[in-house]
Amino acid sequence: MADNEALTADALTLEQQWTPPDRGKVGIIFLIITETALFSIFVAAYLVYIGKSLVGPYPKDVLEIPIIATICLLSSSLTVYLAEHALSKNELGRFKFWWIVTICLGLEFLVATGLEWKKLIYEDHLTISTNLFGSTFYSLVGLHASHVTVGMIFLLIVLAVTLMGFPIQTQFRRVLFLSWYWHFVDAVWVVVFTVVYIVGR
Amino acid sequence: MASIDYPLERPRHGEKTYSFSEALYSWVSTVDHKRLGLMYIVAALIFMIIAGIMAVVIRMQLMFPESHVVSPDTFNRLFTMHGTTMVFLLGMPMIAGFSNYFVPLMIGARDMAFPRMNAFGFWIFLFGGLLLYFSYIGGGGLGGAGSAPDVGWFAYAPLTSKAFSRGAATDYWILGILVSGVGSIASAINVIATTISLRCPGMTLSRMPMFVWVMLVDSWLILIALPPLNAAQIMLLMDRHLGSNFFETQAGGSAVLWQHFFWIFGHPEVYILIFPAFAILSEVIPVFSRKPIFGKPAMVGAVVAIGFISLGVWAHHMFAVGMTAWSNTFFAASSMLVGVPTGIKIFNWTATMYGGRIRYSTAMMYCCAFLLQFLVAGLTGIMLAVAPFDWQLHDSYFVVAHFHFTLIGGAVFGIFAGIYYWFPKVTGKLLSEKLGKWNFWLFVIGFNMTFLTLHFAGFLGMPRRIYTYAPDRGWDTINFIASVGAFIQAAAVACFVWNVLYTLKKGEPAGDDPWDGWTLEWATTSPPPEYNFEKLPVVRSSRPLWDLKHPQDPDWKYE
Repeated sequence: MADNEALTADALTLEQQWTPPDRGKVGIIFLIITETALFSIFVAAYLVYIGKSLVGPYPKDVLEIPIIATICLLSSSLTVYLAEHALSKNELGRFKFWWIVTICLGLEFLVATGLEWKKLIYEDHLTISTNLFGSTFYSLVGLHASHVTVGMIFLLIVLAVTLMGFPIQTQFRRVLFLSWYWHFVDAVWVVVFTVVYIVGR
Repeated sequence: MASIDYPLERPRHGEKTYSFSEALYSWVSTVDHKRLGLMYIVAALIFMIIAGIMAVVIRMQLMFPESHVVSPDTFNRLFTMHGTTMVFLLGMPMIAGFSNYFVPLMIGARDMAFPRMNAFGFWIFLFGGLLLYFSYIGGGGLGGAGSAPDVGWFAYAPLTSKAFSRGAATDYWILGILVSGVGSIASAINVIATTISLRCPGMTLSRMPMFVWVMLVDSWLILIALPPLNAAQIMLLMDRHLGSNFFETQAGGSAVLWQHFFWIFGHPEVYILIFPAFAILSEVIPVFSRKPIFGKPAMVGAVVAIGFISLGVWAHHMFAVGMTAWSNTFFAASSMLVGVPTGIKIFNWTATMYGGRIRYSTAMMYCCAFLLQFLVAGLTGIMLAVAPFDWQLHDSYFVVAHFHFTLIGGAVFGIFAGIYYWFPKVTGKLLSEKLGKWNFWLFVIGFNMTFLTLHFAGFLGMPRRIYTYAPDRGWDTINFIASVGAFIQAAAVACFVWNVLYTLKKGEPAGDDPWDGWTLEWATTSPPPEYNFEKLPVVRSSRPLWDLKHPQDPDWKYE
């Protein structure tokens, strides 16, 4: 009997102290891991095919280092952190400000990519079917840009519901996980930038 | 008297009757992990029967030399669809099905971490499968050539390029696998998040059942191994439709790169497919030997080791391609290395049985057959890891026999053990042991007739995937025996289907815990209620039900 009572009391404390990790956190971490595996194959294909193109144009002739776009995207990692930090302190005004700055920076990156592609296609006549450089370049950079686009869509959704008066601070977890995804997209750009614009040139 | 928080006393809810459309709606719209798990398993079994019929037709074609049961084109389509279906539409959904149904029950949770994503995963898998089979109708496409895909399940370049694979059949193959692959990834993330975040109080990682451990590592492998396949499929799709040059040798692309990408997925995939069997054996063998599993930390360590080593062995599928001597050496060595943790697992299952009071139910018999057959598969695998030996037997029937020993003698036998073990939990009825024994013995005999003999066909030089052969090659007796074996296996599966249908109609009620099990799923009703546990259990050891049944001598005193 005494045993049983002790066990029950023990069970209660166990239950109270039992705090497994947040499932959303685990989910987003493993989503990022699986996305990393996806990107690494495209990066591997790019590295394998550097210098293997049979016809031009070649990277050193047509690629220009996208410095401004890179600065914008990487600094958006900082601004999204500032926004999330402001939200954690319940400062909605600052959150909105930094969130909009993040969106603008992301948008500038996408526009810069679009302009770069336009130049490559119309002036340099490099398409996905021209040579191996075209195939690997458009697929790798395009895969990254599509991830930026997905991130932008979610950023805009958060902005829209916030502006419509939804109490976004109640969804702090989700905003936090979205910011992690955004950091991931930025980190991938560091790799893509290194591979495409430094190693590949 | 104070009671411990185990949900042994539960109210049983009366069965409501639904009209057909209500029932259909409730199944289509469900996000319940048990219903989704069941739908995964049933869909996988249906695909298994379809692909099994294809295998029987293949064996009919090869039964006699120079026969023409089907045309050569149909033959190519048959082995492509057989392989693709068995791997992607039987193996993968079985993992999702078993882990969906039993992981939450075993860790004392009420559902998966992301129920709606779970439903998404199932439906996208199912429609991926239907997309693949739609190729029989739509595969002619605008090119007007071909119906089902005929490029083999690993679809080597450049056979898949637009020039050699006309029509849309190959595109259906790409899209079907791509789409169902997304479903597998969704389900794997779900299993991981569930396992890490939804364990009931006291269920530490070291107390987690082996089944859950293996499924956790399996999901990890899916997350790492499936994206390379998806990436390669995207590249192939771009090659075929946007004119990119990844695998186009004329533009400098590399056909070998496809092989690398495919096997970076493909070899971990073999472990992904065998892991559910490992998981099931680790539950069934202890319960039917009346002993806790031998060396659980070593078992966990071994499965985690496989989860990493198996990522670095892929090119042993490519010894004949002409890699450098260093690559050959590396991949031969790593392939042998992965045999070590696998050996630990076989040893520990055997040690669990040693000195136990073994009950030879059908589930346990399937496990025993697994141990022997998987051992043979492992040994032929080590043989093939020796690069010079592989050069002799590459792409021969020896390889076919080897991987069918892993995937039927291993994975499918394990899955059958799991179905016999958990059928009473899922339906509340015990499968007939008599029909079960028929099912088991027919399957064992038929399987070994087919695939043991095919090893020798390989030694005699019979290449895989050939349409037919001349009578003077000395292959006819072997092929005849192998084909008879295929018919016996078909009879075994028919026995199983009959057993399931008969039991659902007239089976005896099983009760909540027919095998005297030790894991949490046996603590709830059969079938479990929608919420699984009325009160979440609190766990103190690896065998929570043992503790409950033996309060005077619980496990937690010794752990």
